[in-house]
Amino acid sequence: MNVATKAVRALVVRTAGTNCDRETCLALERAGAAPKLEHVLQLCEKPALFDGYGIFVVPGGFSYGDDLGAGRVLGYQLRTRLADALQRFVARGGIVLGVCNGFQVLVDTGLLEGALSERAQRGVALDVNASGHFECRWVTLRAEASACAWLEPGELLPVPVAHGEGRFTVRDAEVLARLKSARQIALRYVQPDGSGGTDVAYPANPNGSVEAIAGICDPSGRVLGLMPHPERNLTPWNHPRWTRLGPRAEGEGLSFYRRMVATASALAK
Amino acid sequence: MPTVTHSASPLARATLPQAWRIEVFRRPNFDDPDGTRALREFAELGLTTVQAARLGRGFLLSPALSRVDVERLVVELFADPVLDVARITAPGAAPLLDPRARHRVLVMKKPGVMDSVAQTIERTIARAAYAKLANGERVRALTFQAWEFVGTIDPRELERAAKRTLANEVIEDVWVDREDVHFTLPDDHAVRASVTVPLRDASDDELVRISRQGCLSLTLLEMQAVRAHYRELGREPSDCELETIAQTWSEHCKHKTFAGRIDFRGERIENLFKETIQRATRELAKPWCISVFKDNAGIVAFEKDGDVEWDVCFKVETHNHPSAIDPYGGAGTGIGGVIRDVLGVGLGAKPIANTDCFFVGPLDLEEARVPKGCMHPRRILRGVVAGVRDYGNRMGIPTVNGGVWVDPRYVGNPLVYAGTVGLMPRWAAEKSVQPGDLILCVGGRTGRDGIHGATFSSIELDESSSVVSSSAVQIGDPITEKRVLDGLLRARDRRLYRAITDCGAGGLSSAVGEMGAECGARVQLERVPLKYPGLSPAEIWISEAQERMVLAVPPEHLEAIRAVFAAEDVDATAIGEFTDTGELELFYGETRVGVLDLQFLHDGTPRPLRQASYTPRELADPGAPPCANPGAMLLALLASPNVASKEWIVRQYDHEVQGMSAQKPLVGEHEDGPGDGAVLQPLASSRAGIAVGCGANPRYGLLDPWAMASAAIDEALRNVVAVGGDPARTAILDNFSWANCANPEQLGALVLAARACYATSVAFGTPFVSGKDSLNNEFRVGDEVIAIPPTLLVSALARVPDVSRSVSMDAKAAGNRLYVVGLTHGELGGSHYLGELGLDGGRVPRPDLALAPKQLAALHAAIRDGLVRSVHDLSEGGLAVAAAEMAFAGRLGVELSLSAVPTAELPANYDPNATRLFSESCTRFLVEVEEAHAAAFERALAGRDFARVGSVDASGRLKIRGVKGQTIVDLPVDELARAHRGGFAG
Repeated sequence: MNVATKAVRALVVRTAGTNCDRETCLALERAGAAPKLEHVLQLCEKPALFDGYGIFVVPGGFSYGDDLGAGRVLGYQLRTRLADALQRFVARGGIVLGVCNGFQVLVDTGLLEGALSERAQRGVALDVNASGHFECRWVTLRAEASACAWLEPGELLPVPVAHGEGRFTVRDAEVLARLKSARQIALRYVQPDGSGGTDVAYPANPNGSVEAIAGICDPSGRVLGLMPHPERNLTPWNHPRWTRLGPRAEGEGLSFYRRMVATASALAK
Repeated sequence: MPTVTHSASPLARATLPQAWRIEVFRRPNFDDPDGTRALREFAELGLTTVQAARLGRGFLLSPALSRVDVERLVVELFADPVLDVARITAPGAAPLLDPRARHRVLVMKKPGVMDSVAQTIERTIARAAYAKLANGERVRALTFQAWEFVGTIDPRELERAAKRTLANEVIEDVWVDREDVHFTLPDDHAVRASVTVPLRDASDDELVRISRQGCLSLTLLEMQAVRAHYRELGREPSDCELETIAQTWSEHCKHKTFAGRIDFRGERIENLFKETIQRATRELAKPWCISVFKDNAGIVAFEKDGDVEWDVCFKVETHNHPSAIDPYGGAGTGIGGVIRDVLGVGLGAKPIANTDCFFVGPLDLEEARVPKGCMHPRRILRGVVAGVRDYGNRMGIPTVNGGVWVDPRYVGNPLVYAGTVGLMPRWAAEKSVQPGDLILCVGGRTGRDGIHGATFSSIELDESSSVVSSSAVQIGDPITEKRVLDGLLRARDRRLYRAITDCGAGGLSSAVGEMGAECGARVQLERVPLKYPGLSPAEIWISEAQERMVLAVPPEHLEAIRAVFAAEDVDATAIGEFTDTGELELFYGETRVGVLDLQFLHDGTPRPLRQASYTPRELADPGAPPCANPGAMLLALLASPNVASKEWIVRQYDHEVQGMSAQKPLVGEHEDGPGDGAVLQPLASSRAGIAVGCGANPRYGLLDPWAMASAAIDEALRNVVAVGGDPARTAILDNFSWANCANPEQLGALVLAARACYATSVAFGTPFVSGKDSLNNEFRVGDEVIAIPPTLLVSALARVPDVSRSVSMDAKAAGNRLYVVGLTHGELGGSHYLGELGLDGGRVPRPDLALAPKQLAALHAAIRDGLVRSVHDLSEGGLAVAAAEMAFAGRLGVELSLSAVPTAELPANYDPNATRLFSESCTRFLVEVEEAHAAAFERALAGRDFARVGSVDASGRLKIRGVKGQTIVDLPVDELARAHRGGFAG
C-alpha cells in the first residue's frame, strides 16, 4: 500500500463566512492528511459523513457573520443537530481541532468542557478583546504540559492572531482550577523569546486572556481549540521577521499540523 | 423620527412595540468595551458627566411566538451563558430596566435599511425544530441597540452626543428615554404599473426641473437628446426608461467628462481618456496584458502552474459621497462593490487581497470648525476604517496595502478608495452572452436601498446632502457576499454560466443593460426577489441593493446552477432572458413597463465640447530654507499625519487570512516599520509572488497637476520595486478624484494630469489596465465651495519573480553599507518640510523619464539577484524620514553623510543640508547591502545615480552628518519610533 492511500482523512467543515479553508486544507495536506471540505448543512443532513475520518476541523472565519456572537450560530447547529455524531467521533478516537472562529464554535458547543448539551454548565468563554476591537498581529505560543494527545510541551510556535473576540475567560476561579487539574491548559501566549508565565501582558498576550491562555483541550486530549492560526505559518516567508532570521525550511506552524496528523494516524490504527 | 420630549421620569411611555423584546447585556462583573468607547467619544465632545455606559444588544421577534420558545431561543442563541444576562419583555409590555440606569438611548435602523443580523436570526430560526408560528409564517426579527447610562446628564446634551457618536440619523432612528421602537416594514406605496413621464412637449425649463426632481442628474443637453429621441418614437418615456437612461448616462457609469470632447486652450481633444490613459496601454502592447479597460477589472498574466495559466486582476474604486454621509456603510459597500467587480471580471476571479486609501480632513480639527452638515474627520476616518475592517475581514480577504492622507480641503468631501486583487485561471478571462441565455439574478434580495446611488455620486455635496440623499446610502452584508463568492467559484469551475457582471451603480438597469448591450434582453421585474413588498417596477430596476450578481446561464444549466447556489443558501432567480432584438424590454407581469433601443442607450449620449484652461498659480519659489534644528524637524515630520504610523488601522485588518503573505504592511524587529508594499504568494506550489503598492500626493496637485500625476506613478512603482516587484511586469491603475470639471481650470488640471499619465506610463513601460474617475468632489456651505485638491491615486500590481528574494525596509545588521539610489534635486514644492514651515510654492518633484526607468530596472535586478538586505523608498519627508524609519524598524543604528548623497546642482536659495534631508525628488531609495555583496551591487547599478552614504551600526541611534561633516541629527531610534506612533490612533 502506498502512503497516499493510508493518509488519514480530515473533514473540514465550512459554512457561510468560513474563510480559512484554503490555508487549513493546505496545512493538512502538507502535514500528510487528506482534507475534504464539507458544508455544515450537508453534515446536518447526513451525520454519517463523519465515518471514515480521523480528524475534524472547524476552521477560522466569521461563521454567519458572528452576527449573534462569535461562533454562536455554527455552534448552535453543531450542538443541536450534530451532538451525537460529534460525541461518537471523539469517543472512537477522532481528533477535533478548532482554530480561531473554530475555537469559538467549539467553546460554544461545550465540547471542550466535555458537556455538549448542558449549556448552563459552561464555564469558559471567548470574550471581546481587551482592546475592544479586532486585531491582527503575530504572537508566540508555548505548548504546555497538558492532556493534549499531540502537542510537544515546551515547543514554541510563532503564529498570527486575527480576531476581535479571543479573550479567554472563565466563569470563576473554580473553572480555572478544574481546567488545570484536568490538564486542559494546552497553549499559552509567551514573549517572543519563550519567557513568561501566566502574567504575560499585551501585546504578547494580544487579547487579555486570563493567565495568557491561548488554547485548551478537552479532558480526553483529543479536542483542541486555539485562537491563533498555525496554518498561516507554513512557508519560510510567512513569518513577519523572516528577512531577519536565518534560512528556515518551512514555517513553524507546519509542525503543529504534522504532529496532529501523525497522532490521528496512530489513533486510527 | 420621534422627537425628544424629556419628562421628569426617565422612561416616558408611548406605544410599545408589538413584538417580543430581548435585550442582552454583559454580566455586571465583566467590563463593557462598547460602553468604554462611548464614554471616550462623549468626552471628546465635552460630555464628561456620564459615569458609566453599557450596551445591550436588542432584538425584536414576532409577537406570535410562545414564551417558552422565546426563552429557549434566548438561552440557545442570543445569550452567552458565561458572559451575558438577558431581559425578555412580552409584546406590548414595558421593558425591564436596570434600576441604576438614569437614561436610555435606543438606536435602530430605519425601516427597510439592511439589518444583516436580523436576517441571520430569521434564517436560523427558520431551520430550528421549534419556534414555529401557527400560521406557518416565517418568524420576523429586527435588531436595535439599547444603551444605558449612569450619571447626571442633560438629556438634550445626551441626545446631541448620541446622534454624533452612537447613531447615524441617515440610516438610524434614535430614541432618548423612550421605548416605542418600531416593528414595521417599509410602506407599501408603490404603483405597480407603467408610469409615463410627459417629455415631448416639455420646455427646456421643464426638462431641467424633471431631471432635478427625479434625481436623474441629467444635464439640459442630455434631457434634450432624450426629448428628441422620444419625439422621434412618437411617444412618451416610461419612468423605467427614463431611469435607465439616467443611470446609464450618469457620470459614474459613463465617465462623460473624461471620455468627452474638450477644448484645452484652443487645442481639441476628442476623448481625453482614449488619448492618454488608453493610448499608453495600446502603444505599450504588453503581451502579458490579458484583458484591459473592457471589463470590471484589468487582467494580467501571472504564472503557469502545472496545466493551468493563472492570471491576476486588479480594480480600485472610489466610494466618496456615500462615505461622507455614512462612513461605515459607505466604506463597507465600497469594498463590497470592488470585490464584486473582481467576482464579475471575465467569468469571475477569487479575491486574494484588498487595498484601501483614505483622504480626510485634519484629525485635530476643532469641533467648532467642522462645516455645517459634515462629520468630524475623526468620525469619518474611524467609520471608514471600521467599515473596511468589518467587510474585508468577514469576506476573508486580507487588506494588505493602503494609506491615509490628510488635507483641510477634504473636510466636506472625504475620498475613500477600495481595491481588490483577484486570482483566476486564464480560461475564465473572457465572457460572452448569447441570445437565449437566461438572466440569473444571484445573491441578496432587492429593497429600496441605494436608489439613485449612481446619479448621486455624480453631483456636488452640500449641507443638506445627508438628509436628501439618505436613500442613496446602502448597507452591506458581507456574509451574503461570501456565500455568493463560495457558490460562484464552484459554478464557474463547473462552467455553468457564460457571462457575469456585478450589480453595482445603477443596479439591474446597468448590469443587464451592459450585458445585453450587443444583443438585447427581456426582464420580468416581478420575478426579482424582494426584501419586502411594495417596490415599484422602476425601484426594482434601479435599486442598488448590495451583494447581487447577474449571470448569463444557458437554459440547460439552470437546474445545476440553482442547486450550486442553493447549497450555499443563496437565492438564484431567472428574471428574464437575453434576446437578439437589440432592445431592452421590461415587463412587470403582463404589463410592458419599458422598452429601450440599446444603441440609443449606449451611444446616444450627447458629447458637448467642454472648455478647459490652466493658469499656474504665481508663487515665488521658497527654495529650501536652512533648518535650524534638523532633529526636531525630523521628529515633527515623523509625527505628521501623512507620515505617522497607521498601525492602529493596519492591525484592525486581517492581513494574514488565506496564508499567502510574504511581505507585510508592518515589518521590522518590533513589526512597526511601515513597509513600502505588500508581497503575496498566491499559489502554494510556486514561489512567484505579487507586490501591491500605491502612490498619491495631493499636496503636489494644487501646484503642478502634471508633476503630481507623474510623481504618483513614480511612487507607486517605487513601492512595488522596493519590495521585489519587477518593473517590467508591473501594471498600474489610475483613480482620479477631482473637483467640479464644469470649471475650466479644474478640467485643465485634469487634462494635464492625464497627459502626465500617458507620458509617464509609456516611459516606464508600465501599462494602465484599469481605472476610474470620480468628479464633482466639492462641498458647498452657503456660498462657499470647498473643492478637493486634484487627487490621483495610482495603484501598482507587480509580479515578484521569487518571494524568497523579496525584501523589507528595516535595517538588518550592523556593518552593512547604506546606499542612496537616485538623484536628489531641489524639489520641495508640496513637500512636508515646506508644509511644516508653512510655506507654499516651489518646484514639485517629477521623475526624470529618461533615467528613472533604468534606475528601477537596475535596482530590481540587484534585488532579484539577492544583493540587497533592505530597501526603503524616499517619499514624504525625504531621506531624513526614510533613514529614520529604516533605523527604528530595525532597532539598529544608522549613520549617514549628506555630503555623499548624489545631488543635482542647486539654486542659491536651496540649503544643501535641508535639500538633501527633506527634498522629495522621485525615483530614490535607501538601500542596505552586505559588505560581501557591495561590489556586485555596485556593478548592478553601474551607470546609474547612486552612492554609498553611510552604514548600519549597533548604536541604536540615527546620526546624520551635514555636508560640512558636522553632526546635525543624533537621535535614539526609540525616540524616532515614539514620534512615529505619536499621532492620532483611533
